[in-house]
Amino acid sequence: MNALAPLLFAGLVLGCWQLACVGFGVPAVLLPPPSGIAAAFAAHLPMLWADFVQTVVRSVVPGYLIGCGAGFLVALGLDRSRFLMRGVMPVAGVFGALPIVGIAPIAVMWFGFDWPSKAAVAAAMTFFPMLVGTAAGLAGSGAMERDLMRSYAANYPQTLRHLRLPAALPLIFNALKLNSTLALIGAIVAEFFGTPIVGMGFRISTEAARLDLDVVWAEIALAAFAGSSIFALLTALERAVLFWEGSRR
Amino acid sequence: MTDRARTAAPVLTVLAALAALWYLAAFLTGGGPRAIVPAPHEVAFAVAQGVFGAPVTSPHSLIYHAAVTAATALAGFALACVVGILLAVAIVHQRVLDQSLMPWIVASQTVPVLAIAPMVVVVLGNAGITGLLPKALIAAWLSFFPIATGMVAGLRAPDSLQLDVMRTYSASGWDVFAKLRWPASMSYLFVSLKIAATLAVVGAIVAELPTGAQAGLGARLLAGSYYGQTLQIWAALCMAALLSLAAIGATDLAQRALIRSRGGRA
Repeated sequence: MNALAPLLFAGLVLGCWQLACVGFGVPAVLLPPPSGIAAAFAAHLPMLWADFVQTVVRSVVPGYLIGCGAGFLVALGLDRSRFLMRGVMPVAGVFGALPIVGIAPIAVMWFGFDWPSKAAVAAAMTFFPMLVGTAAGLAGSGAMERDLMRSYAANYPQTLRHLRLPAALPLIFNALKLNSTLALIGAIVAEFFGTPIVGMGFRISTEAARLDLDVVWAEIALAAFAGSSIFALLTALERAVLFWEGSRR
Repeated sequence: MTDRARTAAPVLTVLAALAALWYLAAFLTGGGPRAIVPAPHEVAFAVAQGVFGAPVTSPHSLIYHAAVTAATALAGFALACVVGILLAVAIVHQRVLDQSLMPWIVASQTVPVLAIAPMVVVVLGNAGITGLLPKALIAAWLSFFPIATGMVAGLRAPDSLQLDVMRTYSASGWDVFAKLRWPASMSYLFVSLKIAATLAVVGAIVAELPTGAQAGLGARLLAGSYYGQTLQIWAALCMAALLSLAAIGATDLAQRALIRSRGGRA
């Protein structure tokens, strides 16, 4: 039942879309009907696959892993020093609030047109949310639990392993989920500043300029599918890892 | 050490270290007007020149470009507030909407906004709508999400005890909303608004890229990238950073004013 409601809603929207497009004779340059988009999807499968590999597999995934990994490790490293933690966190908070996508032209200048520059933007965008999330999570374990660990004579790695990292996991997963969309935005924005002639952002902007809107919509459907799948994967992982957290959304 | 000094000292140390690293990078990669990494003082000079060196109305002025982006961001932000709050109110009061709409609100953010941006521009352009509105729509698309989710959490914040009190007074649905749920959601709303404010700036800049905008910080970034003007990129980037900090500051001021008008201390 719970899974059915959003599906019904989607079916309703798609049905109305198709009906309105055909019924009112909306020109395809304005809004192609869902059936036309599906046809374009089927017709351009190899091209869509190449764009997917270039943007998601080569740019987003490495950038995401590097950014999140670096944010996590830096937070762990800072955790040993109160002074550094106090100094870095406000600065990281400010950087996290800045429009980091803007570094895309600089990244293209530094790392070239191909995927490394896209991965760099994705990494820069995901770094700060992960750093702030992990640090907040590590600081979040209660004083009582920490005292308990101390009374067991647990050393620093043991406390980290058995208390503080598990306690930080909800916030870490929050950052991971937020970052999954940020990485995709970063990689696609970077494609506007120069690409080898393949990639989802490149394809969307060129096909939109040529008014091939059914191809554009097919590409958008692919992007939506990729984004939602990554999000769903992270949610499933969260459920599996955080099995003790009572009711998840 | 006073409290202020205790927080300022580490922050200043970190900032000094960052500046030192930046100078080192600038020195190692070589200077010049087309430097890969321009030194901080060169960027500061470029910003100052952009701000003070040209009249505000000329396309050489950074103030002019920042104002164009700010107008887009503001329009998008206002739109996002209206849509986000209305969606949240509807979701909290209608179970059916909660189940059918909420997954799609989440899904709307997994679609990279830039995938939509050229579409919005082309479709609205065909319909004869150009200028501010398409860009504002893109900014709103990014920033309505935190507002909607934050407000849903905020409107649900009153616990069953408080709701029971309202029922004991036989309060109407409207009274429960206006006197309990709405005031209770304010702290959630402002947290969301601060996130949404920066997202609106990001959205406005991003929206200028595919729209082929002539003015705005995003257009400056694109032009700087085409002509290899590194300093121009860095200066535009600094202005964008200042713009989003100003947006957060303004939201914070509004929150303090609200708290004070309710008789709180802020």
